[in-house]
Amino acid sequence: MYDELSYKLSTFYIAELIVGIKKKDIMSEKEVKNLEEIFEARIARDEKIEPKDWMPEKYRKTHIRQISQHAHSEIIGMLPEGNWITRAPSLRRKAALLAKVQDEAGHGLYLYSACETLGVSRDELYDQLHSGKAKYSSIFNYPTITWADIGAIGWLVDGAAIINQVPLCNTSFGPYARAMVRVCKEESFHQRQGYEIMLTLCRGTEEQKAMAQDALNRWWWPSLMMLGPTDAESVHTEQSMKWKLKRKSNDELRQQFIDQTVPQADILGLTIPDPDLKWNEETGHYDFGEIDWEEFWQVVKGHGPCNKERMSARVNAWNNGEWVRDAAMAYAEKKEANKLKEAI
Amino acid sequence: MNNLYKYLLTIADNSLILAQRLGELCGHGPSLETDIAITNISLDLLGQTRSYYQYAAKLVGENKTEDDIAFLRIERDYKNCLLVEQPNTHFGFVIGRQYLFDVYHYMLIEKLQNSPDENLAAIAKKGIKEVSYHKRFSGDWVKRLGDGTEESNKKMQEAIDDLWRYTNELFYLTEAEKEVVKEGIGVDVSSFKEEYYKEVSELLTEATLTVPENKYFTKGGKEGVHTEHMGYILAELQYMQRTYPNMNW
Amino acid sequence: MSKNWPLWEIFVRSKNGLEHRHFGSLHAADAEMALENARDVYTRRNEGVSIWVVESKNITASNPAENGEMFEPAQNKVYRHPTFYDLPDEVKHM
Repeated sequence: MYDELSYKLSTFYIAELIVGIKKKDIMSEKEVKNLEEIFEARIARDEKIEPKDWMPEKYRKTHIRQISQHAHSEIIGMLPEGNWITRAPSLRRKAALLAKVQDEAGHGLYLYSACETLGVSRDELYDQLHSGKAKYSSIFNYPTITWADIGAIGWLVDGAAIINQVPLCNTSFGPYARAMVRVCKEESFHQRQGYEIMLTLCRGTEEQKAMAQDALNRWWWPSLMMLGPTDAESVHTEQSMKWKLKRKSNDELRQQFIDQTVPQADILGLTIPDPDLKWNEETGHYDFGEIDWEEFWQVVKGHGPCNKERMSARVNAWNNGEWVRDAAMAYAEKKEANKLKEAI
Repeated sequence: MNNLYKYLLTIADNSLILAQRLGELCGHGPSLETDIAITNISLDLLGQTRSYYQYAAKLVGENKTEDDIAFLRIERDYKNCLLVEQPNTHFGFVIGRQYLFDVYHYMLIEKLQNSPDENLAAIAKKGIKEVSYHKRFSGDWVKRLGDGTEESNKKMQEAIDDLWRYTNELFYLTEAEKEVVKEGIGVDVSSFKEEYYKEVSELLTEATLTVPENKYFTKGGKEGVHTEHMGYILAELQYMQRTYPNMNW
Repeated sequence: MSKNWPLWEIFVRSKNGLEHRHFGSLHAADAEMALENARDVYTRRNEGVSIWVVESKNITASNPAENGEMFEPAQNKVYRHPTFYDLPDEVKHM
């Protein structure tokens, strides 16, 4: 069992290396390369990387970027849906929507916490979001203009998100994987909630069905874009695969999403707004039409229908809340000081 | 319409309108943690609302549903107090409104648990745990904001001063309430008025806030005469049901 | 620039009799707020019967670089495990 290879791969060996490094204070290129090899081998063996473990700087940075983008998407994602809380058409729907948007706040919180273990504070991450430096999922820059949009978001956007997220439950960075397990468990009701809204509309009056079709027409293409640029254009894929930040390529995920969603649209009796969509007997998948990537990049670069509104809503919430956060801190410090005084 | 039905509305409408106000905040609060907490309160209140309305719908019969009651009344038929319809001017108002309501709400349903009406008692028994938590949450925040920074003290005081004039109405009894109290089913809210002001004043003092000494109070909500805010609340609340009548959602 | 709410680690006991388990973390100005936030963030779906909150800075963690000296010596103390001892088959369940 204790052959040389596994000894070399064990953390004990890393410890020895680090002790050596401390002595010299500077790592030689060879030593870093050694550490990296050990690190990559740990990931390949499905070991989890924990926050205090040695990790390559690029791993840390990539994870901060991806996890925070994910967290930002949850928080920005609250806004288009929150837009309908006060107008939900029944008390049952209102409660479900409130609970869903609340879950999104919770998921943002889990993800920010996971990110914070990498040595960056939530406030720094907020700064990156508020200054426009950090990105979030482009889909949330589209407006929710009818009640059916709430159904379409649950069905399509959460559907696409689940496809993206389930593999992340096994990602290499422990805190991220654990956050995703919790997120996926809680999110299982979100898509069902959305689909049920669509189903009710499609079984309703002509007006309701038209509302559902209109929502599908507007959300279909952005949902496909949400799974990311085509593999040819995707910069991070190879490295992300190695670190298990990704298990399948964007194009594979998109195909999976389309294959699973088309039959669901059939049950609803809705038409997917793509004249080129057609079952391909040979490949066993649906062929689909050209995605308008120009639109995608326009939205990503900040010029979508609601980018400005989303950002100013977040910035306002944060700025308007500053006095509240300060007050709570000041109060806590006073209480602490009083406790000390009493102790003396 | 019978008195018990009207009585249910005076209680349930408070929860509905306050839940609606809190629902506006989701995603816009000072921190993620407070967003989650405030949404929880909103969900609790909404749950209570539904229980009361379901009971009320049963009393009316005619296939009425909780949604008919929630969405399809004219403004004058909503019987919530004016306090709960006041806007989320800033977080001090959100907390102030919540606390001033929570203390009252707790005292009300604590007594309502003993109602000989089994439905009412059951709703109250379930609600008391939720409301007791709301009171703790909002009370803690009044203290934080009152005794936090100079700025927060000023803002919290502003909210309390502004909202204080709506507190007296909480203890006003409508004719329907009087009848239901006479039957021994309802709670005489005027009976705990003194206790209410004592508890609230103590906490405000602890929070280094000044207890307002109003001579003048505003009332009307419980009789269906609301502030100008109410029309806009209902415009949003009823939007779907009014635009697309008689549909399932 | 104002001070940020510190980070707290949240431990939840899910059922009477089980131990508290680390559930995650959150921000709060003080312990009471941390408890309240933990209740709303981590027990929304009826997950808990008891919550502990500890400010993250008060936790001392072992250093993974020292995992070798910390944990590996325990690996060769096999006599601490029941299977180390040979008993005849006739002695069932011991």
